[in-house]
Amino acid sequence: MEWETVIGLETHVELATRTKIFCSCTTEFGGAANTHCCPVCTGMPGTLPVLNKKVLEYAVKTSLALNCEVTRYSKFDRKNYFYPDLPKAYQISQLYLPIGRDGKVPIKVGSEEKVIRIHELHMEEDAGKLVHDNWIDQTRADYNRCGVPLVEIVTEPDFRTADEVIAYLEKLRSTLTYLGVSDCKMQEGSLRCDVNLSVRPKGSSEFGTRTEMKNLNSFKAIARAIRYEARRQQELIELDHKRVIQETRRWDENKDASFSMRSKENAQDYRYFPEPDIPPVELSESYLSEVKAGLPEMAEAKQARYISAFGLPAYDAGLLTETRELADFFEETVALGADPKETAHWIMADLLRLLKEQGLEVKEMLFAPETLAAIIQMVADGKLNRGTASKVFEAVFAENADPVAYVKEHGLEQIQDTGLVESTVADILAANPGQVTEYRAGKEKLFGFFVGQCMRALRGKADPKAVNEVLKKQLKG
Amino acid sequence: MSLLDLTALELGAKIKAGEVSVPEATRAALDAIEAKNAENNAFITVLNDRAMAQAEEIQKKISRGELTSPLAGVPLAIKDNICTKGVKTTCASKILGDFTPPYDATLTERINAIGGVVLGKLNMDEFAMGSTSETSFYGPTRNPWDLSRVPGGSSGGAAAAVAARECWYAIGSDTGGSIRQPASYCGVTGIKPTYGTVSRYGLIAYASSLDQIGPLARTAEDCAAVLDAIQGKDPRDGTSLDVPAGGLLAGLTGDLTGMRIGIPTDCFGQGLDSQVREKVLAAAEVLTSRGAVAEECSLPIMEYVVPAYYIIAAAEASSNLSRFDGVKYGWRAEGYADLTDLYNKTRTQGFGTEVKRRILLGTFVLSSGYYDAYYRKALQVKAVIKSAFDRAFERYDLLLMPTAPAPAPRLGESLSDPLQMYLSDIYTVSVNLAGLPGISLPCGLSADGLPIGAQLVGPALGERNVLSAAHAYQQVTDWHTLAPAENGGAE
Repeated sequence: MEWETVIGLETHVELATRTKIFCSCTTEFGGAANTHCCPVCTGMPGTLPVLNKKVLEYAVKTSLALNCEVTRYSKFDRKNYFYPDLPKAYQISQLYLPIGRDGKVPIKVGSEEKVIRIHELHMEEDAGKLVHDNWIDQTRADYNRCGVPLVEIVTEPDFRTADEVIAYLEKLRSTLTYLGVSDCKMQEGSLRCDVNLSVRPKGSSEFGTRTEMKNLNSFKAIARAIRYEARRQQELIELDHKRVIQETRRWDENKDASFSMRSKENAQDYRYFPEPDIPPVELSESYLSEVKAGLPEMAEAKQARYISAFGLPAYDAGLLTETRELADFFEETVALGADPKETAHWIMADLLRLLKEQGLEVKEMLFAPETLAAIIQMVADGKLNRGTASKVFEAVFAENADPVAYVKEHGLEQIQDTGLVESTVADILAANPGQVTEYRAGKEKLFGFFVGQCMRALRGKADPKAVNEVLKKQLKG
Repeated sequence: MSLLDLTALELGAKIKAGEVSVPEATRAALDAIEAKNAENNAFITVLNDRAMAQAEEIQKKISRGELTSPLAGVPLAIKDNICTKGVKTTCASKILGDFTPPYDATLTERINAIGGVVLGKLNMDEFAMGSTSETSFYGPTRNPWDLSRVPGGSSGGAAAAVAARECWYAIGSDTGGSIRQPASYCGVTGIKPTYGTVSRYGLIAYASSLDQIGPLARTAEDCAAVLDAIQGKDPRDGTSLDVPAGGLLAGLTGDLTGMRIGIPTDCFGQGLDSQVREKVLAAAEVLTSRGAVAEECSLPIMEYVVPAYYIIAAAEASSNLSRFDGVKYGWRAEGYADLTDLYNKTRTQGFGTEVKRRILLGTFVLSSGYYDAYYRKALQVKAVIKSAFDRAFERYDLLLMPTAPAPAPRLGESLSDPLQMYLSDIYTVSVNLAGLPGISLPCGLSADGLPIGAQLVGPALGERNVLSAAHAYQQVTDWHTLAPAENGGAE
């Protein structure tokens, strides 16, 4: 039988606000245990949560960017359960009136386009973390992450393949980083995913029984877990003639397999009810239009503009807009007067290569648009040839040194003196009479040899075009 | 006349005039507590040395002219569910027996700011759950008017301490009548302000949507002065309201000309003690004599208020009290096998019977399958109650009703029948459900010499009228000046 996989995603995204969702503690990652907390985020008796306005703004921005209907009157609810990483024994979340609903995210897999529907987007607080010390056999609680703001984005069961899921997550990551609402670092847990998956015979309109997989820490793990779980469910039905049990499963990356955590029968009753400590959030139309007006230009819009306004190929436009930081770097360089095509070329050929080699992100590098613009300007002015410019780029990149000063200091300026080029070419030809004879007899491949000799003699500082011309003239003799 | 017979404002004036020093007043109060606490058990914690040290400091500031509140230097006591930095805050529970908060409630900060000397922390029903102050882990508080009777609850310690002249005013909290009902049982004046007027930051929550802090004192004037000091927006409490600071005390004119007072007949029917009915209706006549216009009206909600209140309050309590699990602070049971066992043992042994009853009730009404039938329904009833009050306040400035159906019962009588005890909250809980201000003021004594309280309820943010009417009443009556005899009974 041919099977179809049906997948829905729940994605938790940590918002990049400076302070926590209900208090003014820092959200900074790491820190010694229990140093980023206060009586409010540790739920000490009598303390009260007060909603961080920035969290609301970021959640509204995200809702708008994912084409959600923004709830004008939304509320928080309490999700009650006992666990030592949850100091109030309830998580403040949104069940009944989430901030965003009914969104749409267009994705592209290969040449196929598809729209993933967003069921809802809600705000909530993160829990702490438990650290088990095997040495003394004790579990310790670290509440630093308590109250770190999250949005949970829940899709409809619209995915059919792992590739679609990855395309959606990449789109989501691009959107969130463009908005500046999250850094989406999976390794620091700022983007976490739960996968709801079921299988059904192809063509069936009914859903199969689904399982929920947790602990998926990378796109790679998500793709593998999806393929594993789809196969497991198919084999369970087809080979073992059993039924899929509705349960929560934990993905173990080392074992490349998922394991049952708890079944539906053991599912907790969270006893959700409206959070009485936080007044309902009422959004005015003027607030919404203000947030809307503040939304940045997103990746697709930039790509279209790069193609139409700068004449860049679609591939280049796609590459340049992969992250907002890179697109900003490109645009700032162009704004300084650099030619867009030249800038794109430098970024794709040199900048991305160096970043990759040095394991850096765009936002981590010191290299500034002004520096690239200066290099491009020197080439355009004929002061630097392209080959030397590339070396200059590499030399000034790490510390964002002044390329003009660097060129001057190292005497790398292109030789403008045509007399010097002509005499050098004459010297080289005179020193290699045999090759000159062979060339003139038709062995034209030797032209490259003469260029190399001349450039070496000129220490690479000559304009290769000028060398070519002089060589051709003198060889003609 | 002893210093302790003065009202808070009278003492404040004498301190300001330099006729009485703050340490002198504090010493007098601590001596009274020393003499009386053994019999009435109003205090869980008495801050002898700390209070004297604070008194010295505050006296210096007053002498330098740095404190100008009319209550500067006047000693008070605070209910033990309001956090006091560095001072044990137990909620009268075993589970918080050793809990010393590293932070002050906003209330405590505001009291410190006006130069209040904190004498100690007051006994109460455990986690404010009860109507008698008998559920305290630290033993019941007794009514100073008759030590065989309860002082009411849950702010029983606060009412008893003010009645027994152990302090000039006290801070309580009121979730379903916990300020007003003990005020009525103990013959003192107590106001629950509009929900949101006094910050709840640092008030250990029982039912967050209903809890409200307020004063208990000898007079409505004193209550107005305290409210002036403690009310107002707090950035740490999202539900706090932007009420104008101060002005209540200055607004007490005693003139009730044209004030319309409704007397809901629904509150004077079955179940009301005949002496209470008589005294409360007599209070209406006094108010009329001061210029008010009183007439009977309807408030057709009384049969729903107690069930709605207990469902909502218990639901919120079940969630609010979940944090007391023995993991982070407070008391932890010994000899647990694993995490679940730690939770079970700590909470089974750490909470008292009434608290566990309400946690179970609240957990039940929020459970999947029951939420709609109970919790959601109760929220709907709450909305109906609110609109019934709204309609009444279209025609009246205030409503007059009893505070409690009968004077204080004897110890042990109520706890034996919790349902009966819950029903005794019938006149107070609706005011919390609607978020309104309500004051209880002494309006007479029963044949047994027990205080009886009348309740005035106003529309949201109607504190000025509520206090004005109570003040006008107290200008021409002397029930509020009566003190219990040292051995119980009226003096």
